[in-house]
Amino acid sequence: MKYVRTVWLHLSKDLRLEWRSRDAIIAMLSFTLLIAVVFALAFDPTGQPTTARAVSGGLLWMGLLFAATTALNGSWDRERRNQVLDAQRMTPAAPSALFLGKAIANFLFVAAVEVILGPVFFLFFNLHVLGDAKWLAAILPLGTWALVVNGTFLAVLSLRTRNRAMMLPMVLFPVAIPALLAMVQATTAVLTGEFEPQLWIRVLFGYDVIFTTISILLFEAVLNAE
Amino acid sequence: MKSLFYLWTAVALALLGYGFYQGMYVAPTEATMGPVQRIFYWHVPLNIVGEITPYVNMIASIAFLALRRKNIAAALKADAIALASAEVTVLFVGLGLLSGILWGKPAWGIWWTFDARTTTFLLLWLLYVSYLLVRRYSSGMQAYTIAAVLSIFAGVDVPIVFMSIRWWRTQHPSPVLTGEGSMAPAMWVAMGWNAAAWLMWAVALMWARYAILRREQKRNQAEALRAMEA
Repeated sequence: MKYVRTVWLHLSKDLRLEWRSRDAIIAMLSFTLLIAVVFALAFDPTGQPTTARAVSGGLLWMGLLFAATTALNGSWDRERRNQVLDAQRMTPAAPSALFLGKAIANFLFVAAVEVILGPVFFLFFNLHVLGDAKWLAAILPLGTWALVVNGTFLAVLSLRTRNRAMMLPMVLFPVAIPALLAMVQATTAVLTGEFEPQLWIRVLFGYDVIFTTISILLFEAVLNAE
Repeated sequence: MKSLFYLWTAVALALLGYGFYQGMYVAPTEATMGPVQRIFYWHVPLNIVGEITPYVNMIASIAFLALRRKNIAAALKADAIALASAEVTVLFVGLGLLSGILWGKPAWGIWWTFDARTTTFLLLWLLYVSYLLVRRYSSGMQAYTIAAVLSIFAGVDVPIVFMSIRWWRTQHPSPVLTGEGSMAPAMWVAMGWNAAAWLMWAVALMWARYAILRREQKRNQAEALRAMEA
């Protein structure tokens, strides 16, 4: 119970900070919007609706991955200012509560971006869903969590390196590849209706469970690394 | 210890030469693929070694994380093993991928395909390249800890990649050693010599790197001590 309270405290702090500055969400929104526009211009979805349907799932997730990467580095920057991170290390509270709180906060930010930009994507790419749209309600949160849980963890890891703006994508992209494949395949399955997305949703779910567990287990080691 | 290392390296080099002779001149030419199949005598051993060294890396990394608070001297040894095996992994998996690409064009008609085994090995290579980069861009105990954590991430990631790509598509020939494929006895002989040679060579490389890394660690510790005393 105390653990849940600590997580909530970290989460509410991050949400309040974001509410006051809105830095992460605005940056991600404009970045993903630009990516959607650039991709739409590059692939001409109006001329080739079938191609657009087949590739837009991948493009959507690529955009979100890039946008999340830019925001995730910033989310730990807040903890570095005024040596907050050192203070966190000295508290007796469970270190993984800090991680979970931040991961949930980042999840909510990326989810907010999806809610706003998902329809924009549909609009630019002239999409209409040929498969069973209800699966998207499972794919989007599971996929977002997969990106965010690893991204938050690996961002605190790359916080300890020089050149960390480059380090996060260097470590996040290879680790995220199975999740990326699963979410792109599942989304494409729903958009094209050519195959069933269930297998990929299961892969995504398994990936989420495994990486959430090891992130929570290993966070203490990374936080106290010196 | 040093003379044992030189003896080991000499035997490894001799075996590499003998393995080359076996693969090039003794093993029969394969019926359908022709001489190009001979790449297989290097491709498979390189990848077998490239599959073993990540395990060494992961076990050493876990040992480092477990020991770093209790026994720092043993933890540093574990870290030297981890780094040496990561470097050998990048080298061997890289060469394995390259030999596969060279073989792919004549055998499949394409240089590269994203199938279960090729993708898994490419990802293994990428993960260990980023492992080495993380170590390059960080320093001290911090570097050791975050690299160890990353190694565990890589170890968990690779099997997931393999399974998910297998559900996606597969083109690579099924494992010749354990699967349904069969080889002529003379091919087995050439394979065996090369596998032993490359395994010994990998151990020699890791051994040398381990010795160098231990010296670097000791030098850094001595420097830190001197700085504290000054």
